[in-house]
Amino acid sequence: MQEPHEGKTGKVKKERTPMPEQPADERRKNFNEVTLGYTKEDALAEASRCLACKDPKCVEGCPVNVDIPVFIKLICEEDFEGAIERIKGTNALPAICGRVCPQETQCEALCVLGKKGQPVAIGRLERFCADYERQKGVKVPEIPKSTGKKVVVVGSGPAGLTAAADLAKLGHKVTIFESLHKAGGVLSYGIPEFRLPKEIVRQEVEYIKNLGVEFRPNYIIGRIKTLDELCDEFDAVFLGTGAGLPNFMGIPGENFSGVYSANEFLTRVNLMKAYDPAYDTRIRRGKHVVVVGGGNVAMDSARSALRLGADEVSIVYRRGEDEMPARKEEIEHAKEEGIIFRFLTNPVRILGDEKFNVTAVECIKMELGEPDKSGRRSPVPVEGSEFATPADVVVIAIGTSPNPIIFKGSEGLEQNKKGTVVADEETGATSKCGVFAGGDVVTGAATVISAMGAGKKAAKAIDEYLKEK
Amino acid sequence: MPYKILEKKEVAPSVHRVVIDAPDVAKAAKAGQFIILRIDEKGERIPLTIADFEKEIGTVTVIFQEMGKTTKQLAKLSAGESLEDFVGPLGTPADIKKFGTVILVGGGVGVAPIYPQAKAYTKAGNRVISIIGARNKDLLILEDEMRNASSELYIATDDGSKGHHGFVTDVMKKILDSDEKVERVVIIGPPIMMKVAAGVAFPYDVEILVSLNSIMVDGTGMCGGCRVTVDGKTRFTCVDGPEFDARKVDFVELMNRLAMYRGEEIKAVEKYEEECRCGLH
Repeated sequence: MQEPHEGKTGKVKKERTPMPEQPADERRKNFNEVTLGYTKEDALAEASRCLACKDPKCVEGCPVNVDIPVFIKLICEEDFEGAIERIKGTNALPAICGRVCPQETQCEALCVLGKKGQPVAIGRLERFCADYERQKGVKVPEIPKSTGKKVVVVGSGPAGLTAAADLAKLGHKVTIFESLHKAGGVLSYGIPEFRLPKEIVRQEVEYIKNLGVEFRPNYIIGRIKTLDELCDEFDAVFLGTGAGLPNFMGIPGENFSGVYSANEFLTRVNLMKAYDPAYDTRIRRGKHVVVVGGGNVAMDSARSALRLGADEVSIVYRRGEDEMPARKEEIEHAKEEGIIFRFLTNPVRILGDEKFNVTAVECIKMELGEPDKSGRRSPVPVEGSEFATPADVVVIAIGTSPNPIIFKGSEGLEQNKKGTVVADEETGATSKCGVFAGGDVVTGAATVISAMGAGKKAAKAIDEYLKEK
Repeated sequence: MPYKILEKKEVAPSVHRVVIDAPDVAKAAKAGQFIILRIDEKGERIPLTIADFEKEIGTVTVIFQEMGKTTKQLAKLSAGESLEDFVGPLGTPADIKKFGTVILVGGGVGVAPIYPQAKAYTKAGNRVISIIGARNKDLLILEDEMRNASSELYIATDDGSKGHHGFVTDVMKKILDSDEKVERVVIIGPPIMMKVAAGVAFPYDVEILVSLNSIMVDGTGMCGGCRVTVDGKTRFTCVDGPEFDARKVDFVELMNRLAMYRGEEIKAVEKYEEECRCGLH
């Protein structure tokens, strides 16, 4: 059945099948999902573009090595159940990955079709399969025989959920501790509803609970229990605590009311549903919103502010458009919705009134100088180019660091200067015996799928560790 | 996982004492720490300082005053009902060891967080002089408990209905002016009271601590909403505090930040009370 359908005759369409989506002027007023997903016909048309390469490069580009050509072949055969089963063999969260993975730099970047035209829309097909299964009702997986080993996972974000799922499938008893009241980590508090509906996160978490994983919300490691205590109580520990500490710029006026970290702004909007009047969550709905930063989190903040009713939302970024770390698709979507981009611009001061409410952001123009360590040309201020732009809400989205709270009261876990945990790239093993780590807590803020990849590798390594123990 | 309310009592007009079944929190709790609770799925997360905890039976006590919508809603709950979320202990525990003589000053509901500190300072071998105050004698809370937990207890009421007629600061100043060698003063109450009381103690050669009550969401350092300027640097109340050196706290910024959602809060309370009148709650 794994024979690739070779000898494809006829021409393959150069363009991929377009993704149906809400029109920009409509969606900027609501929090419903922007992209609507492929129909069966769309999926079949797109799947038929796959050349089923004998030596598929796309699989190498996937951090969890989803069997891409095989699941696409199953789509062509209209065996959607088979396709999702195949995907779930390696990826526990396909409905999420199909939506938020940067496929354009991973699997799709390596697709042979991309050389002459557009690569196969692998992410959209993955999402189609996952959504198909959800509509049909997700099969409750078989729970394997218990190994009698207890593993604790700290943090229920993409790394933790993936590690938990894989460990449970191997028969280990898994408990997840989560500090917030809801599972999902950044999937719940960070990524907005219009990109990743929370009902999907809930269902993916439900699937993992059905694997026998115990979930404990409101449980803060470093406060209720220390890491050392977890080491005593469990056979192994996986740390997937992410990078939850917001970075600020350290410029004057940053503590004026109305200046938010992206973490706070997005948590109030996503986790606490500030956009829904039925919820008690407070949020300042700005008329003139300035978002600082150039990543996906900046795009999410800007687009959320717009949907909360802002008249004008601008993104201020100190480098140029080409240097923006956000996904192209997100930048495009933001532009379509009317977000203003001010490139080569950096805030130097935030201004406020006598009641400490933010009133404006003073910025300076930048120009690109020599390339820095990251290879990107580093921005240099243009003297005398300062200007003020009015703002009643400012969102700082310039990155996050690991939260040190987890390490309180425990010893022996090696960290580097930025506060990330030192862990083996292949196994996630840390300097502390029986403690493994993966995701943003090791790499610093990165992507959902790379965290999942790390969770997967660590689960495998933990299983081996437990066998030897 | 609901958290059951085991006891509830109105200890002063609009001031309520609630005992919650939360064994994990109780086991780890220390004086000076706080919790965050959420009543139901649509509720906001609000921080409240721990007023007492029983490790063996697994309970945590909080005392709160009806102020905004959430505390008004909380006041309507009865023993036997449950809270959706109750997370803690949060914040850095108070640094309590044997110092000598310590003055603890509690104003209004601020007496609640002072109480576990009084017990802890006494247990650590300090001479604890407590001063508790309220607008009038009816609003005074935890008098007996504080008397038991302290070496000496003074009471001050604004209207003179009990104890000293005047402010807690008058009593504090008198002690600081006396021969008593005081090592540390801890002041907890409404921000304006802490600012004023700390100001009275500034000229004396004594350590002054205040416990801040910033607006926050998660309580673990993730949102940064509780930013406060201490010694010219931005700190997070939830993890770096809630206790800080009073001489270094920017109280003006603190009070302005606390007023951030006042307009929305007033509207929310009006709406909630209207709904209550209509029998919706």
